[in-house]
Amino acid sequence: MKTMYEEPPVTAPRSAGEPVVEMRDISITFGSVRALDNVSLRLLPGEVHALMGENGAGKSTLIKALTGVYSIDSGTILVGGEDHRFSTPAAAQAAGISTVYQEVNLVPNLTVAENMLLGREPRRFGGIDVRAMNRRARSTLERLGLDIDPRSTLGDHPIAVQQLVAIARAVDVEARVLILDEPTSSLDTDEVVKLFEVMRRLRDTGVAVVFVSHFLDQIYEIADRMTILRNGRLVEERMVAATTQLELVKLMIGRELEVLDRLDRQRARTHEDAVPVLQAIGLSRKGSLEATDLSLYDGEVVGVAGLLGSGRTELARLLFGADTADHGSLEIRSHRRRLRSPRHAIDRKVAFSSEDRKAEGVIGDLSVADNMLLALQASRGWLRPIPQATRNRLVAEYIEALDIRPADPQALMRNLSGGNQQKVLLARWLITEPDVLILDEPTRGIDIGAKAQIQAKVAELAERGMSVVFISAELEEVLRLSDRVVVMRDRRKIAERRNEGVSISDVLEIIAGESRAEESPHD
Amino acid sequence: MTDTLHPRNPPTPPSPPAAGRPDAVPPSRPGVASRVLANPLLWPVLALVALLVVNVSATPSFLDVRIQDGHLYGNVVDIARNSAPVLLVALGMTLVIATRGIDLSVGAIAAIAGAVACTRIVGAGDEGAATTAIMACTIALAMCVLLGLWNGFLVSVIGIQPIIATLVLMVAGRGLAMLVTDGQITTVHNDAFSDLASGYVLGLPLAFLVALAMVAVTAVLTRRTALGMLIEAVGINPEASRLAGVRSRTIIWTVYVFGAVCAGLAGLIIAANTNSVNANSLGLWIELDAILAVVIGGTALTGGRFSLLGTVVGALFITTLARTIPNIGIPSEANYLFKAVVVVAVCLIQSPRARSVLRVRRPAPAALTAPKGSHA
Amino acid sequence: MSTLTAPVTTSLWDRVRGFSPPARFLPVIVTFALFVGMFGAGGVRYDGFADPQVFLSLLLDNSFLIVLAVGMTFVILAGGIDLSVGSVVALSTMIAAKTLQMGWSPYLSIVAVLAVATLLGTLMGLLIHYFEIQPFVATLAGLFLARGLTYLISVESIPITDATFSELAFKTIELPGGYYTTWAVVIAIATVVVAAYVLARTRFGRTVYAVGGNEASALLMGLRVAWVKVGVYAISGFCAGLGGLLFALYTLSGYSLHAVGMELDAIAAVVIGGTLLTGGRGYVVGSLIGVLVLGTIQTFISFDGGLSSWWTRIAIGVLLLVFVVVQRLMTRRQT
Repeated sequence: MKTMYEEPPVTAPRSAGEPVVEMRDISITFGSVRALDNVSLRLLPGEVHALMGENGAGKSTLIKALTGVYSIDSGTILVGGEDHRFSTPAAAQAAGISTVYQEVNLVPNLTVAENMLLGREPRRFGGIDVRAMNRRARSTLERLGLDIDPRSTLGDHPIAVQQLVAIARAVDVEARVLILDEPTSSLDTDEVVKLFEVMRRLRDTGVAVVFVSHFLDQIYEIADRMTILRNGRLVEERMVAATTQLELVKLMIGRELEVLDRLDRQRARTHEDAVPVLQAIGLSRKGSLEATDLSLYDGEVVGVAGLLGSGRTELARLLFGADTADHGSLEIRSHRRRLRSPRHAIDRKVAFSSEDRKAEGVIGDLSVADNMLLALQASRGWLRPIPQATRNRLVAEYIEALDIRPADPQALMRNLSGGNQQKVLLARWLITEPDVLILDEPTRGIDIGAKAQIQAKVAELAERGMSVVFISAELEEVLRLSDRVVVMRDRRKIAERRNEGVSISDVLEIIAGESRAEESPHD
Repeated sequence: MTDTLHPRNPPTPPSPPAAGRPDAVPPSRPGVASRVLANPLLWPVLALVALLVVNVSATPSFLDVRIQDGHLYGNVVDIARNSAPVLLVALGMTLVIATRGIDLSVGAIAAIAGAVACTRIVGAGDEGAATTAIMACTIALAMCVLLGLWNGFLVSVIGIQPIIATLVLMVAGRGLAMLVTDGQITTVHNDAFSDLASGYVLGLPLAFLVALAMVAVTAVLTRRTALGMLIEAVGINPEASRLAGVRSRTIIWTVYVFGAVCAGLAGLIIAANTNSVNANSLGLWIELDAILAVVIGGTALTGGRFSLLGTVVGALFITTLARTIPNIGIPSEANYLFKAVVVVAVCLIQSPRARSVLRVRRPAPAALTAPKGSHA
Repeated sequence: MSTLTAPVTTSLWDRVRGFSPPARFLPVIVTFALFVGMFGAGGVRYDGFADPQVFLSLLLDNSFLIVLAVGMTFVILAGGIDLSVGSVVALSTMIAAKTLQMGWSPYLSIVAVLAVATLLGTLMGLLIHYFEIQPFVATLAGLFLARGLTYLISVESIPITDATFSELAFKTIELPGGYYTTWAVVIAIATVVVAAYVLARTRFGRTVYAVGGNEASALLMGLRVAWVKVGVYAISGFCAGLGGLLFALYTLSGYSLHAVGMELDAIAAVVIGGTLLTGGRGYVVGSLIGVLVLGTIQTFISFDGGLSSWWTRIAIGVLLLVFVVVQRLMTRRQT
């Protein structure tokens, strides 16, 4: 583990001085969901502060509470010691709090200089003084050590450069706090180096930089302090140098004390000589997954563990043809297949339930019945409707089997709770009777009862011979269900173990990279 | 196929949906009154009724229908007859709009269909024969299928926005129609052809029956097959539909072809009505009327769920409006003004923002500053 | 970092030799080449086609369309569309003719026309921005409204006999070499120049591009999105009014059937001029050249006795198709 800062004590901040921003006991409730529950955050001038947590931990909500996108229900926000509440991002920016989001929020069709200065460009005789604008943009870019032509069109640059320009825009106003929300998720190694250089420069001038990233190595390389959130609550504030990666992963993932039925299931037989139902060889896609091998056999559950951004979702999408692979090949039942679209995968009896239920699963304005039958109907084509009797039977059966409530086939999908929507989506795929079922975070954000039901269903399906890929951020769940565990990190598979005597801490160690050296040769 | 799946829970005795579970959200089984109020057809039908009431109060005999020359006769019958072209075009447009699309070229397609049919009839050896008319119409509709394929190709394969893709044919289409007619106003003498517009079957205008038949065919096609559901799925959530394996390309292609055929039929009826074709004016602005009819009928321009019945009501409303204005003593040219008012009114009723402004009296701009994209 | 190249010091000659126009000007250059090519081909093929006066009459016959295309460029750059301009032209000719007939001063009449047209545009912009009604539908309402108002004023054509209008219409400006042009052309060119300056050098203009490029980003960047979104429709309305006045000069009449479908010509000219229909990219100069291309097609067909007038529409459609498909392929490659 390389850390850049040697001497800091465990608790005291590295840089002295009053916090530039202090959020105390912030709570936000959306409907019945408590998104933030008494969360506090301190930002000191001249530090890089990492905000850590898995999906749904509340990082984005906290940031949006600070920048005035959301209004808080309770708590106080002190900026420079004074009580402040911003009603809009623009107001926050005026107070020196700038945000750069994961997606570059600039306009690709204008020049770099315009993107940096639009809205406050120097003017002369009523018109924009282009020369002065370019000059000012150039000097800001130089201050950040960036050699970018301010006259060039933003869209012609790679995303990394656009990201840097977004930062340059953010700091062109006197920024005291710069929030970087997952700025590195689409950058390659060289580009990250450049970004970090800019971040260090800003930190050294006294800016408090908030950094959100899923890449642990990056956190350890750049961040001084971190605040760890889980399920909308504050876990701890820590000095990065005084925390091992293993500790960090434990803090982030935590342990939910769930009272779930024990799942007694026969682990799948060994299959030295069995033919895999699906085999991926060197599957890769630029920017999302490095070359990965994976074999799936009938009747087994393969759990995929890894943090957000580790490549777990990307792997699933490539196996299903939702994205197309750049390199590598897929064999389904020993036949080499190229999956150009989900359609191809479904025809080969592969099914995939996306982690993004709302955007990629639910058809909100259609009924539960239509949502359930969509995949089967799509593969039959519109000319061959499913007979009414079969429809009714299938829908009734699955509503019953998965305990979907309300048990009304005609209820509109958007009126169902998350857990019930997830069950409908599961039913959508089970109705197609797939050989391979890929479930990406099927239990995220749903209540514990529905979670137990879905887990039990998965176990049952595997016993009946289905091959299931089960992706989840919760390690307990993965270990409880899987016959084999695949661990992913930094867009690659770093370990694969039979689930015999594998403990959560084993997996945590692998994810944290402590035993990575022995696990897989590093290139 | 589902015998591989046994419910894990012990089977409970079959119960009426959601009734037996205490914690289940009961599906709403509201009273008749609130169900009527919640019906999306309520407003269009009310608007249509209101128009009729206006007419009756201006001319008490407005709704009278009598039998003359063996068929029904009266304002209502005229409205039914005149509504056929708009109804047909709107029918196709409904499906196109349901997929988040729009077809601006239907007016031009109608002109081409009329042009092809009329020149075929004139050029045929036996101009007056019924078979000539049938042949000519078939060829015209086949031509429309090609034009629909073209639109669908641009939208679903090349991936051009529908409004732009169909603009191409909207611009070029009337030129093509004139190419067919050689720029002449082609007049035809064929009884079978003119019957399409002015003939009566069982005392009812044939044109209206043709339109109704198309409505019935469409209803069967969309509601008895899976087409309707797949169209709606593609319109509501294209990405989720793709991941569920829906062949959206085929679906989109199908609706543009269907839209073109409907437009062609409308063009034939319009040409038959005057026994001639003027490529410049046939079906001029009918795309706008059709879109208006669809919107009045309650199908949102943002795609998704569609209502064929709503479109029928919408088309009847537009035709009735055209009849109402001279009836209450306003020059018929003012029709456009009323249409503009209707467009704005319908859009405001459907706009969530307008509703919220009306409900809470708070300035709207404050709400606009919240960024639309979420950054999870 | 590989993507950031070091600054290269170059001599002037290197820069001249290595000059290649930025990719963003490419569509305009292509359209310009198309125009020159077509005009040249006409010159080779037909006697008298290459005469500069033919070029000048091209401007003269299309002065109103140039102004319309300028307004349309603003709207399309901001990611919208305006279907109402043809009807507003008709309304403008009608208001001018009617007020003059009623004995208004021609200047008052001009002000009235421009005010009504701008007001109509502003109303549509307000509907589009504040009630989130699709531009297509809101301007469709505008189309109906303007046409309806025109009919309401008069169904019959009203001639314009006002002395000031006639003088403006017929007075020619002598150019060196015995050529001439009219005030309508001067107004049209002036509109292009002013619009080009506004788009290139004012905060409003740059925000138009920003909104067309990515409206959500523009909002997050703190730009005055509402001002711009309503503003472009007001400008388009104003241009439609001005175009209507030029059309009134051209025809010396007000008529409810004037300019039917002219919005399509304006949109086609803008697209052929290299403006992206999805917004954010394009230049007013391109739209001017787009109009000239459309005009040249017409001139071509009128010079050629063998081609019928409807080939104009077909040719415009084909050009539109080519540009739209190429635009689509270009944007697809970028994403």
